[in-house]
Amino acid sequence: MNLDITFGQYCEGDSVIHRMDPRAKIIAVLLYIVVIFLAKSFAAFGLLTAAAVVLVLLSGIRPRIILHGLKPLMFILLFTVVLNIFFIKGTTLLFEWAFIHVYLEGVFNALLIALRIVLLLVSTSVLMTYTTTPIALTDGLEQLLSPLKRIHIPVHEFSMMMTIALRFIPTLIEETEKIMNAQKARGADFSTGSLIQRARALIPILVPLFISAFRRADELATAMECRCYTGGEGRTRMNVLHAHARDVIACIGICLLGAGVVLLNRFGAYMLSW
Amino acid sequence: MSECFRVENLSYSYPTEEGAAPHRALDHISFSVEEGSFVAILGHNGSGKSTLAKMLSLILFPDEGSVWLRGRNMSTDDITEEDVLRARREVGMAFQNPDNQIVATVVEEDVAFGPENLGLPPEEIRRRVDEALAMVGMTEYARHAPHKLSGGQKQRVAIAGIIAMRRSCIIFDESTAMLDPVGRREVMDIIEKLNREEHITVLHITHYMTEAVRADRVIVMDRGHILMDGTPREVFSQPEKLWAAHLDVPQTTELLYAMRQHGLDVQLDIFDPDECASEIAAAISRR
Repeated sequence: MNLDITFGQYCEGDSVIHRMDPRAKIIAVLLYIVVIFLAKSFAAFGLLTAAAVVLVLLSGIRPRIILHGLKPLMFILLFTVVLNIFFIKGTTLLFEWAFIHVYLEGVFNALLIALRIVLLLVSTSVLMTYTTTPIALTDGLEQLLSPLKRIHIPVHEFSMMMTIALRFIPTLIEETEKIMNAQKARGADFSTGSLIQRARALIPILVPLFISAFRRADELATAMECRCYTGGEGRTRMNVLHAHARDVIACIGICLLGAGVVLLNRFGAYMLSW
Repeated sequence: MSECFRVENLSYSYPTEEGAAPHRALDHISFSVEEGSFVAILGHNGSGKSTLAKMLSLILFPDEGSVWLRGRNMSTDDITEEDVLRARREVGMAFQNPDNQIVATVVEEDVAFGPENLGLPPEEIRRRVDEALAMVGMTEYARHAPHKLSGGQKQRVAIAGIIAMRRSCIIFDESTAMLDPVGRREVMDIIEKLNREEHITVLHITHYMTEAVRADRVIVMDRGHILMDGTPREVFSQPEKLWAAHLDVPQTTELLYAMRQHGLDVQLDIFDPDECASEIAAAISRR
């Protein structure tokens, strides 16, 4: 269990995208998603694909990592493609057998929808998960949502909980391993038997793990209190987020991309039906 | 010299299940600690030493008696939460398990946690964090993830987090107990440096004799009472008393004691192995 969940899918790097302000990235991703859903024609999708390639190149992330990230999506992709090919009705009949009718429009639709899903995943993961640490994301979210504090939504507390959760994941994984080894040394068997038997074998791991997690939480709370933690009120930060010109440029760039997409939607032989 | 802590007639019992006799963790204890001193509190498990630390850092409040911090009684009824907070800005506390005191996923952000809570401006926090990390020798690990560090390194990060708050007094509650010998030595060197060079009042709670020897003053606790109180030389020259409280004495003292039992005329209060060797050599040549 050598997973480093704390850093999620984060790929170390020092690209322009890595250096972007996390707040700008969150806004950029939201804008980008809107833009992707605006695209309807082949020309517009062509532009978006080009933009995605530029993003990947800018981030300096190896294409193999991104392709690997697409793997879990294969099933959904296949499913939508098949569904679109067989169920979209159009005017140009390509193939007919018994009750199956395949129209040209269906094939086009299938292709564009698949492309849309791939683009969504590639651009959001390049902009966010691959180039931003979960901590930076949490900080960015806290600051973006801070106006909500006015209506008494505990934004700081949520972000503190996220930070602590991220901090303790590796510690608890280590602890789980220790407990598992201790139980194995006493003759516990986790790998054979029926599903129910195996699930039952996990109870002697979960109980001590929970007890220890509560004890840790208690000690951490005391330690935090001793370090004068009283919640978000009156707290400052060492690393203040600074929006640079590049962050504004990135967001404007995405808006321009959106304008381009809307424009290109007018020039297209085929338009996506939804 | 002025007084940092004073406890008067302090008693505390942990709440127990109904019917069971309450266990008295502290039983009418009184002593005071001078500003800038290095005090080791020694005791067997259950001697009340950690309870005492929790009283002094205002995590627990006494059943009877009072805790005075810098001439202020912190155990009266009119002590508000704000007073406690203000006191916590002066008294820092380092705990036993370094894992359970580190909050952030990056070393320097954890060190910054305390100063951030104090509401300091970012540049000031930065300066203090760099200074604190340099003091514990962890500067090169500033951007590392805490869970990848060794126990000693984690504990040093935790101590840096306390140093960065510029407390004038730090209580170490068995901060070396979970560390390997190397980590223990690293942390002890830092504790000693904080006292000698930064003039921070240090209360070091431990059950390692070799660590207690480095203090100015040793308080030995046994079953909620103060058994002995004096300089390391005074305390460790009475091994029988320590053994009776289920405590060890430094190995040098143990050796010298055994030699004295066999008629060799040696001093007991020697803790340095080399000095111990020359003391024995001198005694043998005197014969």
